[in-house]
Amino acid sequence: MKIDALWLRANVIKAIRDFFWERGFLEVETPLLIPANAPEEHINPISTLPSWQLQTSPEICMKRLLCSGHQKLFQISRCWRSDERGSRHLSEFTMLEWYRAGSDYQNLMTDCEELLQYVAAVCLSDSRCFVYNSVRVNPFAPWKRISVQDAFLRFGQVDVWDCLRKGIYEEILTAVVEPALAGFDSPVILMDYPAELASLARTKPENVELAERFELYVGGLELANGFSELNDPVEQRRRFEEANCSRRSAGHAVLPLPEPFLNTLATMPASAGIALGVDRLVMLTAGANSIDEVVAFTPEEL
Amino acid sequence: MYTVADLKKGLKIILDGDPYLVVAFDFVKPGKGQALYRTKMRNMINGSLLDRTYRSGESFEPASLEERTMEYLYKEGNHYTFMDQQTYEQVVMEEETLGDAKNYLLENLKVEVMLFGEKAIGISLPNFVNLRVTGTEQWAKGDTSGNDTKPATVETGYALRVPPFIEEGELIVIDTRTGEYSTRVKG
Repeated sequence: MKIDALWLRANVIKAIRDFFWERGFLEVETPLLIPANAPEEHINPISTLPSWQLQTSPEICMKRLLCSGHQKLFQISRCWRSDERGSRHLSEFTMLEWYRAGSDYQNLMTDCEELLQYVAAVCLSDSRCFVYNSVRVNPFAPWKRISVQDAFLRFGQVDVWDCLRKGIYEEILTAVVEPALAGFDSPVILMDYPAELASLARTKPENVELAERFELYVGGLELANGFSELNDPVEQRRRFEEANCSRRSAGHAVLPLPEPFLNTLATMPASAGIALGVDRLVMLTAGANSIDEVVAFTPEEL
Repeated sequence: MYTVADLKKGLKIILDGDPYLVVAFDFVKPGKGQALYRTKMRNMINGSLLDRTYRSGESFEPASLEERTMEYLYKEGNHYTFMDQQTYEQVVMEEETLGDAKNYLLENLKVEVMLFGEKAIGISLPNFVNLRVTGTEQWAKGDTSGNDTKPATVETGYALRVPPFIEEGELIVIDTRTGEYSTRVKG
């Protein structure tokens, strides 16, 4: 069983590589061990050497490559996040990230459609459907796009801002909205998040309360998170410090700021970037309900 | 104390004063959001199921449960008394708590009693017990009705189906996991 899953995993990763190589993206490798990640309120890095951390995402280094003039980049790399373990989470996991200069989040949504159709055509048998929790999802059917505000209203009859104020955003999202997204037979893009939920994203030009951020859901499984990149270093520093403030009051370690990144951010062209969980894409391709089924070893087996 | 990071299937914790067994657990973390810990728990006293979702930072009191070998002594009303043969300590359990186990309780039977603090919350029985048949009809020789079992009552008052050749006064073996006749004890 696991042998089949490992073949499938290798095929999915090869298909991803082929997809981006065919489209002229440069495949890069950036250091996994770094002095500072982008501080986030709810993401805890793993520290190894004194004051250095394993990356929680390759975003800091990849955006610096955008600053130095690269246009289209992708990377498949390991990421680490402390204390994350469940049927969809491993503390060590594989992330695909890709970045486009001169683009915004709309271009990334198109990339997502083409990538999933490409992977489905290469890796799935006749059915050409992804499967999660017995839900079949056809990536060739027209994709749905729905705003976060509309999703909360439509599926939960609640206002997302109200949920944020009451501190029940995650509960409503995971208990009401995500299960409703599992009811679609095509992938769904949940878009335009409240700005406070997107610390590295640009806000919408016509509404600063909303960020140009989206999440891709397949069968109710959250697969990718993309956004138009914020390239204002002053605002970015303010948001990092705000994240650290929230961390401090929640009793989490205050994290160092990625200073070289902040120092070059002003030179970053308008760009868009996205992170996609490779293990989860393999799950969808294998029809697996647990991430344990698609990795060679889980931490518990070591 | 346990934290949310300790939550997993099989963990026993105290909620609202009762011991609970975690029977299902999942870690949920929507994109860049706060982690949630979803559990399904079984009340170890009354068996009821409960769904609870926790956030990081919450803590739980471990439920310390102890299993001790005790002997069944007697029944009074719907109260059953057991005694630890080493310490002579006695515990009383209600019929409701015992459930089907009451069908097999014969004086001096050794059972494992689950204790939550001072309180007995359940027992585990040997897989097989020997009980004497106190009532069953005679098997009419030549009966060709095709019935391969007949009703019988054993000394604890428990009624079950036994093969036609079993007679009143015989000792039979009952499987406590299924409540069914297993074999007869050859005397």
